[in-house]
Order: sequence, then C-alpha cells, then structure tokens
Amino acid sequence: MKHSVVSLTINGAERQMLVAPGSTLIDVLRESQGLTGTRRGCEQGACGTCTVLVDGKTAMSCMLPVETIEGAHVETIEGLTPPQGLHPIQEAFLQGFATQCGFCTSGMIMVAAALLAKNPNPSREDVVRAISGNICRCTGYEAIIDAILDAAVRIRSAAHAEAA
Amino acid sequence: MEKIDTSFFAKEREAELSVVGESVQRADARGHVTGRTQFYEDVTFPNTLHLKMVRSTRHHALIKGIDTEAAMKVPGVVRILTHKDVPNNWYTILKLIGVGPDDEPVLPEDRVLFMGEQICAVLAETPQAALEAARRVVVDYEDLPPVFDVEAAMTSTPFKKDGTNYFVYEGHNCRRIRFGDVEKGFAEADHVIEHRYESSPIEHAPTETTGCTAKPEGNGRITIYSNTQALYFTLDNMALILGVPFNKLRLVGGTVGGGFGGKVDVIVEPIAALGAMLTNRPVKYAYSRAEEMQVSSPRAAERIYIKDGVMKDGRIIARKITLYVDAGAYCRHSTYGTTKAAAHMPGPYTIPNVHVDAYCVYTNRTPSSAMRGFGVTIGDFALESQMDQIARFLDMDPMELRLLNAYRDGDMKAHRKKVDGAALVEVIQAAARQTGKQLAPRFAKMSSMTREG
Repeated sequence: MKHSVVSLTINGAERQMLVAPGSTLIDVLRESQGLTGTRRGCEQGACGTCTVLVDGKTAMSCMLPVETIEGAHVETIEGLTPPQGLHPIQEAFLQGFATQCGFCTSGMIMVAAALLAKNPNPSREDVVRAISGNICRCTGYEAIIDAILDAAVRIRSAAHAEAA
Repeated sequence: MEKIDTSFFAKEREAELSVVGESVQRADARGHVTGRTQFYEDVTFPNTLHLKMVRSTRHHALIKGIDTEAAMKVPGVVRILTHKDVPNNWYTILKLIGVGPDDEPVLPEDRVLFMGEQICAVLAETPQAALEAARRVVVDYEDLPPVFDVEAAMTSTPFKKDGTNYFVYEGHNCRRIRFGDVEKGFAEADHVIEHRYESSPIEHAPTETTGCTAKPEGNGRITIYSNTQALYFTLDNMALILGVPFNKLRLVGGTVGGGFGGKVDVIVEPIAALGAMLTNRPVKYAYSRAEEMQVSSPRAAERIYIKDGVMKDGRIIARKITLYVDAGAYCRHSTYGTTKAAAHMPGPYTIPNVHVDAYCVYTNRTPSSAMRGFGVTIGDFALESQMDQIARFLDMDPMELRLLNAYRDGDMKAHRKKVDGAALVEVIQAAARQTGKQLAPRFAKMSSMTREG
C-alpha cells in the first residue's frame, strides 16, 4: 500500500507529512515530528496517557488514524507550554504535587485544558468525569483533581485581572 | 500539604532536621508537567530493528522443535534469536548477592515452564514485520502436566532443572523461625483460633510498558536505554549473560513511567543487547500492553495459615504460621520476598511461642517478583485479618487487642532481636484519636518506651 501526504496544523504550525496507511496520530507526533511529550501507554485507547487536542477536543492519539483527520488542528503538551514559564495548569500541577512518575501527566494536563476551555468553573465531579478516561497508576488522583480545580481558579483570576 | 505530626518522640527530633517534615518540590516535576522528561522510548535511532517474541502457548511442555522457515520469508525479517545465540543462557537475577542456583534460561532450551514464556526473538525492520514473522514461527510442543497449586507443587514431580519445586534455604525446604514451644502454648491457651488467608497475583500495570533500546557504539560498547528500576542488577546480569566485561555496557535510565517493583527483573535488556551485538544495529524490545499484563512478573500469590493460642483476656501466647509464596516458574526475586515474609512474622506483637515455615514454591504460573513491599504486604493482610478475627471471637475491641499484644522497646522478638524504636502503641493511639475513638484509660496511657500500661 502506498504512503499518502497528510496536512495538519500542529501547535499552530502547518505541517505536511508522508504517512504509511494506518499510521496513528501518536506515530506521527512522536516519530516524524519529534513531539515525544505525548506518551505511548497502552495503544488500545484504555489509559488516556496519549491524549491530545484535535480541533479543541480531547482525542486519544493512539486510536486515531492520521489520514482521517486531514486538515485538523492538533495541540500537544509542547504547544500548551508557553515560551517562557508555565501554563497555569502546569503551575498548578507543579505546585500541587500532582506528578509522580510523570507518565500520565501530559494526558491529564491536555484533558484539563479541554475541560477548562469549555467550563472555566468546574465542580469536583466535573473534573472527576473529565479525567475518567485517564489512568494514573501511581494513584495520585486526589492531587491531580485538586490541581485542576486550582488551575481553574488561577485562570479565572488571571482573566479577571486582565479585564480590570 | 499537611505537616507531619511531630508531637511524638520529640526527643528524637532534636537534630533540627530542615527537610524532614517539610514539603519539597520534586526535582523532575517541571519536566513532567512540560512533557520534556525523557523516557527511554523518547530516544530513537535511525536504522533500529524491532524485536518481537515468540511466546509459549503452553503452561508446561517439552519443545520438540522450532521451525522458523516461514517466518524468515516475511519481508523485513533480519534474524531470529534462539537460546543457541545466548553466550551464558542460565542465570538468576540475585546471583550477584549470592543467590543460586541459576534457575532461569534467557531463552528456553528444551522446555517451557509457563504460558507466555519467551521462546525465540524475531528481529525485523518494522514492528509489524516482526509481529507477522513471530506469528509464523511454528513451535512443536509435547505437553507435560502443569501444577498451579503451591501445596500440590510441594509434593508433585519436580519440574525444575535443579530438582525441587521449592527454593532450598540453607539445606531446608523453607525459611524457618523457632521460638519457644508453640505446642505447649496451644495446650495452655484458653482458645485455639486457626484461619487460612489467600491472595491472587497482582499485576502492577505501569502506564509505560517494560522496554529498552540497545545501541551499538563506534567504540565497541553497547548503550542500553531502559526503563528498568534496577540499573545495576541489569548491568551486572547482562555482562554475565553476554559474557562481556562490565565496561562494555552502558545503561541509561532511571526515568520510569510507573514501576512499583514491576521493572526490577532483567528480561528485555539482555536479548535486545544480544540482538544489537549480532546485527550491529540498534534493537528495540518493548512489551505490548498484552505482554505487560501476561508475562511481566506480578506480585506473588500467597497462602497463609495462622494458628493462634489465645487467652480469654486477649493475650496471644502461641502463633504458628505456614506460609506459601507462589514464585511461579522461576526464582527471580521471590526467594528474597519469602525471606522478607518470614522476617515479618509474627507481626509487631510480643508472642512467647512462635513457629514459622515460609515456603518459596515453584509452579507453572507466570513468575512473580517484586512489588511494593512484596513478602510483607500479603502477610500483613493475613496477620491483621487474624487479629480482627480474634477480637471478634473474644468480643474485644480490635485496637485494644492490638495494644495488649503490641511489642514495645526491650521485648524479645521471635527472631531473637530486642525491640528498639517501636512506635506501634503510639500509632494506634493516634489512629484512635483521629477517628474519635475512646480507648480505655489503661491503653490511652501506654507507651512504647516504658512498661507503663
């Protein structure tokens, strides 16, 4: 089977790439784009650690044949990270001790980013529901939930300060 | 974060510790939140070969033949490794701390001892080609009767290379503790309470599966990028297996996407490095999720019998424990885990008569190994369940039963070591306080450091 050319906007930059049939988004991100911050966990859509944003919505990049999302906007943890300092979600994870081995962290933060973009003031239940597809085997869920709630406060107060 | 309660043992804290009791940021957290932490799989090399294993479909069988002809015809296949390629095929992980005998082959020779055991390794240009070829390798088996039960294994026909279906501890078939006279204790006790406790194997299921990439360097060395939790076990065992000096191997790692003890075995690295040596190309060997679940070592299943001689007032005067650790097909870290289990018995209680037999037993199940407090965790489950059973039987408060029997500084343990630095009494008192429970005055004023109460 022949390779095909796929165009994506990845972290704001337009990219064209040659992909083998059946290549998944994570293959492309990690192998041809060098964006290794997206982690490969189970390759069967069960752990959520490979979560990225596709057109603003969360997607498990291990389950997504890249040919099916031609033209999409993809955002990864590298795109979320500002050139200087950290994104408020990253700050909240850092200061809230919400990382242990770090392998689920990228996926958790991308899920949090999608949640907070849609719902700036989530309840604890909203956060639990949002991360329900993401597994943390170090079982640091409480700290992660607290960090996402803290990030919501940080983003709201930053927006408030900007408006004032 | 909550501060540590420093009100206990204030005298021992006089060293003016500046970090203990404080919250300190992890050194690796910034890398984690930005996705920049480098796991082994983030380091890639052009021209890498992918390794996939042909695995046993039988629990216990003789290997009558391995036919690789069809597999070698799959486009992209470069080489298939069997035991004949391994310089020193027999090893045991803890060899370098004096554990023996070598009971595990890197790749099996004439038999497989558990389902999923690796048989031969396919090296190919792509993971897909390696998988396809692995499926086409034909293994001719002659089934042998498997044994899955630890007590049955103790008396069934030996299936191990070295004779017995159990690990031999200094000439004995188990780790033993003998203290006082349990039979006399049972005769003098008001009640004898006996129960059996059992656990199943538990898989760590780390989010990052076990894997490594071995890369031949221009200077004749091999660099191995690995997610092992045990870089030096791995380095040492690889050197012995491959028959090369230690300084020909370099391990890069220490960043582990979830380990929990599941990444202290030495399974993927020696074969990947062998493949790299034989092909002079980088070789990547990573478990799929299914392999991680099926063949990586779980926490051992255990079966524990506890028989206690108990007085009406709650004092335990005799405790006899028979404990079986299911090591699965190979020793790995289970011999050490069983020693830990024995060392942990009879729990943190002062009991004058103790008898423990702790067996490390081989069965045709997936080899078990390390996992968070292995050897101790299941033992604790059994011991503390037994304490609750006794409390229920005597209609006593379970905290007070534990305080009555708690070891305190100066007591003699069954291992003939004097207790020093005990804190069980204070921990139970703190737990009672935090749960709003009123202990009887006698127990509320007890201390580990005095005989008061």
